[in-house]
Amino acid sequence: MADIMTLPEGAPEEIITRSLVREVDLGAFGHKGSLVLITLDNGEDHNRPNTFGAQSLASLDAAITDALSRHPVAIAITGKPFIFAAGADLSALGFLTSREQALAIGKFGHDVFRRLGEISVPTFAFINGLALGGGLEVGLHCTYRTLASTAFTGLPEVFLGLVPGWGGATLLPKLIGPERAVQVIMLNALNNNTMMKAKDALTLGVTDAVFEPADFLERSIAFAAAILSGRKKIERIDYTNDPNWEKALSTGKAAALKKYGGAQLDAPTRALALIADARTATRTSGFDAEEATLADLVMNDSLRASLYSFNLIQKKRKKVEGAPKSSLARKVSKVGVVGAGLMASQLALVMVRNLKCPVVMTDLDQARVDKGVAWVHEELAKLVEKKRMTPEGAHRLTDLVTGSIDQAVFANADFVIEAIFEELSLKQTLFTHLEKIVSPECVLATNTSSLSVEAMTQGLQHPERVIGFHFFNPVAVMPLLEIARTSTTDDVTTATAVSVGKDLKKTMVITKDAPGFVVNRLFMRFMGEIIDAMDEGTAPDVADNAMRSIGFPMSPFELLGLVGPGVALHVAETLHDNLGPRYRISPTMQRLVKEGVKAFYIKGDDGKYFANPAALALVEKGTNSSSSEQVRLRALTALAQEARMMLEEGVVSTPAEIDTCMLLGAGWPMVLGGILPYLDREGISEAVTGKRFHPKGVACLP
Amino acid sequence: MSRSVVVVDAVRTPFGKAGSLYAGTRADDLMVRAVRGLLERNPQINPADIDDVSIAAATQTGDQGMNLGRSVALLAGIPNTVPGYSIDRWCAGALTAVTTIAGSIAMGAYDLAIAGGVEHMGNHPIGEGLDPNPRYLAERIVEQDALAMGATAERLHDRFPTLTKERADRYAFNSQMKTAKAYAEGKIQRDLIPTAARSAELGWGIATVDEPPRPATTLEGLAGLKTPFRPAGRVTAGNSSGLNDGATAALLASQERAQQLDLPIKARLVTFAFAGVEPEIMGYGPVPATIKALSKAALKISDIGLFEINEAFAVQVLAFLEHFSIADDAANVNPFGGAIAVGHPLASSGVRLILNLGRSFEEHPEVRYGITTMCIGLGMGGTAIWENPHYKAGK
Repeated sequence: MADIMTLPEGAPEEIITRSLVREVDLGAFGHKGSLVLITLDNGEDHNRPNTFGAQSLASLDAAITDALSRHPVAIAITGKPFIFAAGADLSALGFLTSREQALAIGKFGHDVFRRLGEISVPTFAFINGLALGGGLEVGLHCTYRTLASTAFTGLPEVFLGLVPGWGGATLLPKLIGPERAVQVIMLNALNNNTMMKAKDALTLGVTDAVFEPADFLERSIAFAAAILSGRKKIERIDYTNDPNWEKALSTGKAAALKKYGGAQLDAPTRALALIADARTATRTSGFDAEEATLADLVMNDSLRASLYSFNLIQKKRKKVEGAPKSSLARKVSKVGVVGAGLMASQLALVMVRNLKCPVVMTDLDQARVDKGVAWVHEELAKLVEKKRMTPEGAHRLTDLVTGSIDQAVFANADFVIEAIFEELSLKQTLFTHLEKIVSPECVLATNTSSLSVEAMTQGLQHPERVIGFHFFNPVAVMPLLEIARTSTTDDVTTATAVSVGKDLKKTMVITKDAPGFVVNRLFMRFMGEIIDAMDEGTAPDVADNAMRSIGFPMSPFELLGLVGPGVALHVAETLHDNLGPRYRISPTMQRLVKEGVKAFYIKGDDGKYFANPAALALVEKGTNSSSSEQVRLRALTALAQEARMMLEEGVVSTPAEIDTCMLLGAGWPMVLGGILPYLDREGISEAVTGKRFHPKGVACLP
Repeated sequence: MSRSVVVVDAVRTPFGKAGSLYAGTRADDLMVRAVRGLLERNPQINPADIDDVSIAAATQTGDQGMNLGRSVALLAGIPNTVPGYSIDRWCAGALTAVTTIAGSIAMGAYDLAIAGGVEHMGNHPIGEGLDPNPRYLAERIVEQDALAMGATAERLHDRFPTLTKERADRYAFNSQMKTAKAYAEGKIQRDLIPTAARSAELGWGIATVDEPPRPATTLEGLAGLKTPFRPAGRVTAGNSSGLNDGATAALLASQERAQQLDLPIKARLVTFAFAGVEPEIMGYGPVPATIKALSKAALKISDIGLFEINEAFAVQVLAFLEHFSIADDAANVNPFGGAIAVGHPLASSGVRLILNLGRSFEEHPEVRYGITTMCIGLGMGGTAIWENPHYKAGK
């Protein structure tokens, strides 16, 4: 015990969540005796939720002992305003150096929490606000739970590469049955960490009652008094012989495979094993299994990479590396979008939804303009249908989006973004023309994915206001925005672009103006190697499945189907021209585009995907076939090479920027740390570039 | 046109000492709690049918600002179709909320409404943010003493030399004893809405009883207290109400609506009156207000069987009793004790008097009429005369 109270070396000081003890006389609630109410409070406001580190657990342990010494009729636990508890203090987890430490933390959590389920009096969790992970697990140990109607709850462990290891994986299936437990522990966590609303938690049986926040505590105590006096009864079901265990577990397994493109990752697999075990496990055997699982995961590079990714995403969301002072930003109260195609329309939609200012679209002819504007208007109407926007909100925004074939409508715009065809000369002509219309301060942004932004400024009077503003498809969903500065882009323009990006709620990475910026450059390099391997003679399915085991959300060819061979080929050609022959132009891809074959996989009548014979027929038939392992190594090698070049060229300043881009722009999984931690731990970085990207101990075990 | 107005129910939060029980609780949250408690106790009322929410506070800024009536209605989860307003007559705020709502019901505009009041004197110390016009003193519109309530109480002692400190202390002692007895008999707790109160140091707690009462008070102890308002004065912390936090709420209805909905009736309003006196002796206000109200109701003081008088200061109660020749220790005056014991969160107190009177009516079917009365800063008094719905003639 003593040694877990000492912080591992390098870990930040624990912000201690104290457990405060007070008695409540139940007389006023119609029951004799007193209830001891424990309040979890770390002394900070709601922006810094309660968490459980070693000292916080010790405080709760002492509080339970104190509570029992007062001979209460019940013990209840609640949180500080708006927050119950957000779970284990993860900040120290990444610094543990031995399995014994990891085991001890798991065990200490169990030892403290399980008292709430095993002491002689009934216990209640009054979950007044956010309860995540260990925060919800505290509640699961209690005999009964109430929940504020506005509180979100969830078990995000599997999302983070962990398992609910302080009782959740064992107690929840016993409480609510296999199907619902799989929903909460697996499906919600894997679905981008979806939290439960109070009504969902009630339906699922996670909580016994829901009360409005205005008098949540008073009503919760009244609920407790009603239970204690027998006026209210909560029935529990024994799920041991529930017929749905197998089905639930296979649902969970399928969801995990789908999420990680067919890869079987540790955390979901181990979580499912614990859920399966919960059917017959005793509390003790279940908790022991949880501890062993936690220790295994904690002493594993994948978890370290996940925690690194999680922290990176949190940090980058708030702070844009290399951004000029935000006070430099100009106000944007009118936006122009050049083009009215699908990408341009998506840009118009995201702009109007977040900036709530006039957005005007232009295109070559009225029909295209009308189509683009109509698309935005329809999307707004759909949001109303889905109840994600009020009708009046949609009216307001609908009126703000207009179109014209005359670019003169951009005259008083503050920010014009182009999304026209990816052809440098067209964009140069466009910007030269726009400069005659807009003010000298108006930002001219380009959503180019692979062209040189600097080249677009040629001949401009004010090249300093041109900037790359690169979104990812689908624009509304993908969180990343690459902001590319040319050698002349000034700070005011960059600050304005960052300010717009902030309003769009994007995570931004500022890059040098280099072809493909970060995501496309790395991604196309990687994709190119797979396609090359196929063109050289590797069977398409071998090439495409070579990366399955590492957990990308889709295989390269699945993604190709989504992007479209036309776009992919065009980007590849641009990068080939600008970065060199390592970006090859695949004859297979050229034939696919020429023949109008859109995908390697097509959906059969039974709803299952199968290899598209039309595509297979066009594949270049080389004679030099590679094994799956060779393809994998080759692709990863290319990634390491390219990433090193990018850092050396100063495309971005740190490896963390590259990881951020791959996490948020390519959707690469947190267990890879984006990508560079994975290349480091596989030894590829050192083998290919002579050194690691991150120091040992960052995003991996020390 | 005029219709009968009844009190259906009244509740309050437990009262706290300023800076203590509710130091970590907002005033509007206290008021919300009282309103929600009131509605929870009366589930046959559809909140959407409430015509208005009138909430009093003496200091209407910060957590007592933002048009408290509307704000509390929204925060309490009453449908946003129900309007609300804030109202102020200093200590008689809640009483004025009741009489104003009653007027609206009587004239037929409303059928069902909430009236209440709150004062968080910890968050809003008495006199906070006041900016008295210099003309008050320059033109002798009032004397300096008029602006400090303790000083006005001393002035009452000056005005009526028979009202001695000893009588005031004894009255205060009795108030504490009556409150202790009422608590022991469970007569106060039944109308208190348990209220969550958080302290950053202690965590969440639930207030279920008033914090201010001092059942261990002794006459000797009272005699030895300092007189903070003047040297050798007579007004002490012991024979005055304290600085308190709390909220009250009452449900009012037209008699027809109450009968339609089969609602209980605690009291029927006969009439009310407000009256002014010299601001220096504001504690005398209940006397002219009561004379005026009795006259409107064509009743005599002897028709009044129960009195709930706010105990801002013992001397102010004594001045009232002496004027009407009622004994200092009359059993029908504040039978459950008063503000000296339970506290006086300024604008909230009016409804506390009404809820006590309603409870006394239940115990005394032989009494037909009762009054609630209180003094008001800057020289006023307010009195409401109530009829006992349980009255049985001849008992």
